[in-house]
Amino acid sequence: MSAQESTFKRFVEVGRVVLLKSGPYEGHIAVIAEIIDHNRAIIDGPTTGVPRQSFPYRHLTLTPLKLSKLPRAAGTGVVRKNIEADGIVEKWNKSSWAQRRAAIEKRRSLNDFERFAVMLAKKARGDRVRKAIKAAKA
Amino acid sequence: MARSKELAPGVGRLSRSQVFARRGLFKGQKKTEKAPEAEVAAVKEVQVGGEKNGGKRLVPTAKASRFYPAEDVRQPKKSRKAPKPSTLRSSITPGTVLILLAGRFRGKRVVFLKPLESGLLLVTGPFKVNGVPLRRVSQAYVIATSTKVDLGDFKVDEKFNDVYFAKPSSKGSRSAEEEFFAEGKPKTKEAFPESKSADQKAVDNAIIASVKKTENLSKYLKATWGLSKGQFPHQLVF
Repeated sequence: MSAQESTFKRFVEVGRVVLLKSGPYEGHIAVIAEIIDHNRAIIDGPTTGVPRQSFPYRHLTLTPLKLSKLPRAAGTGVVRKNIEADGIVEKWNKSSWAQRRAAIEKRRSLNDFERFAVMLAKKARGDRVRKAIKAAKA
Repeated sequence: MARSKELAPGVGRLSRSQVFARRGLFKGQKKTEKAPEAEVAAVKEVQVGGEKNGGKRLVPTAKASRFYPAEDVRQPKKSRKAPKPSTLRSSITPGTVLILLAGRFRGKRVVFLKPLESGLLLVTGPFKVNGVPLRRVSQAYVIATSTKVDLGDFKVDEKFNDVYFAKPSSKGSRSAEEEFFAEGKPKTKEAFPESKSADQKAVDNAIIASVKKTENLSKYLKATWGLSKGQFPHQLVF
């Protein structure tokens, strides 16, 4: 390791909160508990419904969140305590990344009539904005 | 002339129906009806000469042929297949809003009323809302949405069946000129039958009343459906 600081901000490290990109737990977050090798890590998400398992890096994304005090190879109980102490799930749900994901998910689940209602609402919003701008300019 | 060239012994290039079409024998078919044949008695009495022959004898009028084919002609097999009654898609129930995908009303959202005997679906715009009249459509050319118009205890009249929508059969062929012009002038269009427009109004009134109960539903039915860039029907929720 050189003394120079890395330009990277997120690392694969114990305590890193990750977002799963595939598999049955796709879209859930979990925490890296232990690094197995350059391909896989043991992840655990006791509060997010992800059981402890080995998971390839290819199928997860690193998030900016991190557990500050997670020891190496911690068991599920310790991971749960740390997640709760740091309020990781709340932090994640508040992040714009998670909110955008939720919004996209919501939009996808709308039926044809609901999509139509959204279209009407957007038009109404645009109309009000346009009128307000015109009034402000005058 | 043999039109169906043999590909292999017993196998022609053309199918039976193709040969039929090419031979064009149907073109010469008689259109007038034959006069009914006079009935002929099956037997007739004949005077027979000779003393011991009884004088008279019953003889068949048409003599049976003395020859018959030595080989039996095969009877064509009778088809025991019958068309299955079509089943309605489970997502289509009375009141379902459907999106029409084909025909002159493609893209329109309509209200489903009931399935007809023929398997076609009876739908209405309603006509006052989006201009789609009471109409039969095939369920293959329709997207069923999860939106439903609550029809309540509204019952669709029994008179709306396939016969109601059948076109009046035209007698013989008419030239296109005859159809549209009379004495060198364009014909005036026949008015839409009063009874049918009254039927349309009766059905639509009930439906429009329930459509109005839901906000935006009337606008929704009035708007046409379409796909924009990046939208794929199999990924959308209807």
